[in-house]
Amino acid sequence: MSQSEITKNYTNLQTFLLVALRIVIGWYFLYEGLVKIINPDWSSFGYLMDSQGTFAGLFHAMAAKANVVAVVDFLNKWGLTFIGLGLMLGVFTQLALFFGILLLVMYYLSHPPLATITYVMPQEGAYLWVNKTLIEIVTMAVLMAFPTGHIIGLDRFFSKWLKKQ
Amino acid sequence: MKNDQSQHTPSNTNPRSITRRDILKGLAAVPVLGAFSYAWFRKNNLDEAFRKQMREVVNLTAQPVELAPSIQDGKPIRVGIIGFGIRGKQLLRAAGFPEPSWIDDQIKAHAENRQNTNYQSYMEQEQLNIEITGVCDVFSVYSEQAALTASNINREGSKGKMGKAPRQYKTYLELLDAPDIDAVIIASPDHWHAPMAIEAAKRGKHVYCEKPVSWTVPETYELVKVVKEKGIVFQLGHQGRQTESYTKAKEAIEKNVLGKVNLIEVCTNRNDPNGAWVYDIHPEANPSTIDWKQFIGQAPWHDFSLERFFRWRCWWDYSTGLNGDLLTHEYDALNQIMGLGIPESVASSGGIYFFKDGRTVPDVLHVVMEFPKRDLSFLYSATLASDRSRGKVIMGHDANMEISDRLVIKADPQSTQYKQKIESGLIDPNTPIYSFTPGKKGADGFATATEQYFASRGLLYTYRNGKRVDTTHLHIKEWLNCIRAGVQPSCNIDQAFDEGISAHMSTKALLENRKVFWDADKQLIV
Repeated sequence: MSQSEITKNYTNLQTFLLVALRIVIGWYFLYEGLVKIINPDWSSFGYLMDSQGTFAGLFHAMAAKANVVAVVDFLNKWGLTFIGLGLMLGVFTQLALFFGILLLVMYYLSHPPLATITYVMPQEGAYLWVNKTLIEIVTMAVLMAFPTGHIIGLDRFFSKWLKKQ
Repeated sequence: MKNDQSQHTPSNTNPRSITRRDILKGLAAVPVLGAFSYAWFRKNNLDEAFRKQMREVVNLTAQPVELAPSIQDGKPIRVGIIGFGIRGKQLLRAAGFPEPSWIDDQIKAHAENRQNTNYQSYMEQEQLNIEITGVCDVFSVYSEQAALTASNINREGSKGKMGKAPRQYKTYLELLDAPDIDAVIIASPDHWHAPMAIEAAKRGKHVYCEKPVSWTVPETYELVKVVKEKGIVFQLGHQGRQTESYTKAKEAIEKNVLGKVNLIEVCTNRNDPNGAWVYDIHPEANPSTIDWKQFIGQAPWHDFSLERFFRWRCWWDYSTGLNGDLLTHEYDALNQIMGLGIPESVASSGGIYFFKDGRTVPDVLHVVMEFPKRDLSFLYSATLASDRSRGKVIMGHDANMEISDRLVIKADPQSTQYKQKIESGLIDPNTPIYSFTPGKKGADGFATATEQYFASRGLLYTYRNGKRVDTTHLHIKEWLNCIRAGVQPSCNIDQAFDEGISAHMSTKALLENRKVFWDADKQLIV
């Protein structure tokens, strides 16, 4: 199914809801990124050290190296911010969704909600296998399958320019 | 699909040209970014206003305590060490000389678990420009270990290249007489602290002495006299003096954040044989490898006993019990924070309730020190048979402060000073009005809930950038810096005197089963 076919199939309500979903997720990413950027003390260190489950060793190893933590910090701060902007403005939307999912998968794997695990990090809900991160991953995958950036968003101009060439 | 003229299709005429409709739809989400910016601006303003108001409530220095630079110039200081048991080994390591086997263990631990970065942290520890030129231990195995460790100038494992081994002395007096020793670290059993420190001071050697400062009252006075007469640099081994949060606590007290303080509660909670001084007995220890007579020294005679040699803390004959070993840490911390001085009276009680292994010192102990001139009571409670954490708490009328590696201040619901701010909702008595986490840069004292959680589990800052600084290392460094600069360190002989007398008063109160008093005019315990 090509992009134009999908486009033609959306009703107004469908477009509105898909764009609304994209924007609220973008808002969420952008704010998470910005609070980390303006806080000089923020570091991914504690979060990495709190990792448990199958991949905990990998995340702990990342935390053990100061230069790796610095890279992780940088990628989180600016990654979250640009993914957020991308989703809100509908610019490079598919790319933003892809990297957003990648980040969320890392969060999910570092803190899997398994029956045998409890975390230091305060949580506001009760989770088993499925947590909000996983739901957000699937939601963003849905947004990738039902793109809207080229309808409501700056991608609309890009897709036009691409067509011109 | 051809017939479906959806309104989303950009243009009917030329699908590739950008129309007014394209611009509207392309930029349709931009106003949301405006809403976001407004919300963010509001949120930051609110947060900043809150911080500003809270800074008016608790205005402590925002910057972390900077590590004092080391004075490195000049010749190396030549140091001797007396006593190479558990603490002696830790002290030499903190001074920059690790046992080769300890290095092996740390490298192995890191190989097995990459999270364990003890080795890396240790190797980052600053070198102090000293040489270990003499060692002494009455157990020949420890003496050999001390010599090997002192020669480990490159901080290597057992296969590494060692430097020149120092001389091993049979007696501490021979070591103190050596002309190539400028300063001495004393890590002997309690009953030897003061006699060794006195003889060292008499010979003009600078002294780093493990706590407690003394085992009897009279030797405490003598030590103070000699140290002052000879003008040597004396540091008592309370490494807590280097704890950052204590510095913050002192500032909070000085700025009257807590209001009037009437009660201090401090504790010791341990629950394992090692914590109760049941240390391992070395397999090579016997009457021919231990100079038993020298060990006994001024203590009452007892026939050779491996238990007494390795677990000497369990007997009053060599030890000062919980009073000298652990109360002193708590007392010294509070003496540092609040300048308590010697209490006017001390009461004490306790017993041997868990470790019924023939020991004579209690494993459960309570000490109450009264400071009526300060309207202040100091309560110490210890158990060696329960690990339940009880904090170090300073209770004020307006706020209370709990001190560990971190420091947390909470307002009292009935506070007078904060009454209006509590009523207006600015201050919530259930959440800290100030919290300090060591190593945190630009601390404004208001960590988020997440940060608090991480910090309480030691996950934050303590390990940040893999750097953990050993307070014992800092304490030795301060002593060496003072020797080079010709000044007295933080836990100097006056502070040591306060510590020693307070501990002796609590021991006397316990053993004589009465309240004992300090006659400040006559400088006597009565």
